Amino acid sequence: MAVSNRLKTALFACAAFAALGAAPAFANVGACLITKTDTNPFFVKMKEGATAKAAEIGVDLKTYAGKIDGDSESQVAAIESCIADGAKGILITASDTKGIVPAVKKARDAGLLVIALDTPLEPIDSADATFATDNLLAGELIGQWAKATLGDAAKDAKVAFLDLTPSQPTVDVLRDQGFMKGFGIDVKNPDVIGDEDDARIVGHDVTNGNEEGGRKAMENLLQKDPGINVVHTINEPAAAGAYEALKAVGMESNVLIVSVDGGCPGVKNVKEGVIGATSQQYPLLMASLGIEAIKKFADTGEKPQPTAGKTFFDTGVSLVTDKPAAGVPSISVDEGMAKCWG
Amino acid sequence: MSGVQDFEKSLARSDNTVASFEPPRSPLKAFQHKLHGSPAAVPLIVLVLSLGLFAVLVGGKFFTAFSLTLILQQVAIVGIVGVAQTLVILTAGIDLSVGAIMVLSSVVMGAGVFRLGLPPELAVALGLVVGLACGVLNGLLIAKMKLPPFIVTLGTWQIILATNFLYSANETVRAQDIEQTAPLLQFFGQSFRIGGAVFTFGVVAMVLLVLVMWYVLNHTAWGRHLYAVGDDPDAAELSGVQVDKLLVTVYGLSGLICAFAGWALIGRLGSVSPTAGQFANIESITAVVIGGISLFGGRGSILGMMFGALIVGVFSLGLRLVGTDPQWTYLLIGVLIIGAVAIDQWIRKVST
Repeated sequence: MAVSNRLKTALFACAAFAALGAAPAFANVGACLITKTDTNPFFVKMKEGATAKAAEIGVDLKTYAGKIDGDSESQVAAIESCIADGAKGILITASDTKGIVPAVKKARDAGLLVIALDTPLEPIDSADATFATDNLLAGELIGQWAKATLGDAAKDAKVAFLDLTPSQPTVDVLRDQGFMKGFGIDVKNPDVIGDEDDARIVGHDVTNGNEEGGRKAMENLLQKDPGINVVHTINEPAAAGAYEALKAVGMESNVLIVSVDGGCPGVKNVKEGVIGATSQQYPLLMASLGIEAIKKFADTGEKPQPTAGKTFFDTGVSLVTDKPAAGVPSISVDEGMAKCWG
Repeated sequence: MSGVQDFEKSLARSDNTVASFEPPRSPLKAFQHKLHGSPAAVPLIVLVLSLGLFAVLVGGKFFTAFSLTLILQQVAIVGIVGVAQTLVILTAGIDLSVGAIMVLSSVVMGAGVFRLGLPPELAVALGLVVGLACGVLNGLLIAKMKLPPFIVTLGTWQIILATNFLYSANETVRAQDIEQTAPLLQFFGQSFRIGGAVFTFGVVAMVLLVLVMWYVLNHTAWGRHLYAVGDDPDAAELSGVQVDKLLVTVYGLSGLICAFAGWALIGRLGSVSPTAGQFANIESITAVVIGGISLFGGRGSILGMMFGALIVGVFSLGLRLVGTDPQWTYLLIGVLIIGAVAIDQWIRKVST
């Protein structure tokens, strides 16, 4: 296998030389970045981070993406292209965390280092390593903040959950259940959304992670209970949609909205009080660390290790708010703006 | 003798009524006939039944002026896009690019103000022109190059959507910024109250647009020509209808209405979001089909489309209030679609 790979690399290198006419420095390490889409600002930033780092340390990076979120076929095809291309490693944000596993196994069998970025595979050890935000912690932080900010009123809060999609992807479950943990709601089975029986939960609805879905979901839940005063949203676009729905019925100032992501428009919304607090994640960092890990693996054969006590390498998360709550670590909006993406 | 010659004896038991071409109608037949005459009746009946169903199931929370008008707000965008889709489907075509045209137009309106620095009025006009241009492109490819509408709009759907993402870099323009700089973009999101009912200008726009197009389709030569082309383009051509020209106008108008929907979409979302409206093509086709408009062209009323959109809205909100998983909504809408086509086929069998 290794021999045939080396042969392929050599052949490809010859072809590349022939095409270029001139011979640049040889022995660039090949790497691939495969994202869900190349239009979502989160992945745009990820690609920027990877490309910059790759240029800096001499890694030959090719990038691939699905046509739309959920397009697993394109991702499988991309993995196959990377194997054929003789790349040393793959960074992937999988659309289908279970379905991609056989293709990832093929790549690892062919000797490539596979690192899952942002989204853990199922099971998580299907990849050599996972560089991600601790989404459970991200949820916990906004849950704790909401609880501390409400004070005594948290006991009688009415909470609406604006989730991602009906299929409950891992990122959705982790943020949702993390929030409950932080807010002091019994999560029952931590792998499932919707089995809780806390009376403070008004309901769950799905948003597809965009403004349109956020607005409609908020309207639906308000119909269920107009007394809602806390809203957990999967991301900031959904939060912006929810805010529009609240504004339409004149409730925008009585409701606390919390979110996760840390995109620039989202952080600006925190500044203006549309969102109370958001947990910020760092796609640029995930990608640049991933490229470094592939380079190291190519040079020394060493694989990246997970953060102590976790099943993945934690790229960090910070709560962004200008109204810090006692006992909940946070950074200011200005700091958040400096690190935001999109 | 008499025992042999009584051939006519069996006649006594035979039917002796006079031959008739108008057998008496059963109540079912009469009903079928009525439905044939008024194509918006079926969706209207279903709409009333589903309203009744959820009034019983959910009660007070559902059957209030506020929630009923909320349904109108939630279907306003689909309703406007549905008008565009209706025009196209009546010509026996289909437009898969409606949602993409809508989103691109809204993005152009946003970019017009925030990137090019145009005054909001000009930005809106620019967005409308972009929508019109997309529609005319569809029309030219279909009418002049004789390509099938499904294929053409399948292609332009992806081209326009990709253009939208490339042009916008998928960056949203925040509601707060629009409110400060260009409130005109959010015009259709403004609301007014009548008692407990809340209407947005988007809802008013949808209802007016449906009524105007209903008039145009039923009481102008252009409307009659459109139905004729949908029914049988060759016959229409022979009777002097300029089929090509009509098709280009229909797709062009469809694009313009979609751009208008893009403007209304900014009102609904507050922000300009390039990821919005991804499923508007399927949603508008759903409204059209449940609304009793034939996919084979030439048959159906635009009022039916609006009822179709409302039926979907009633089911979506009703089921959420009952507290079911969102998948049940999809399942029921699927059943409605197939049911609607089955009823359409049954009504077409009216022969007497």
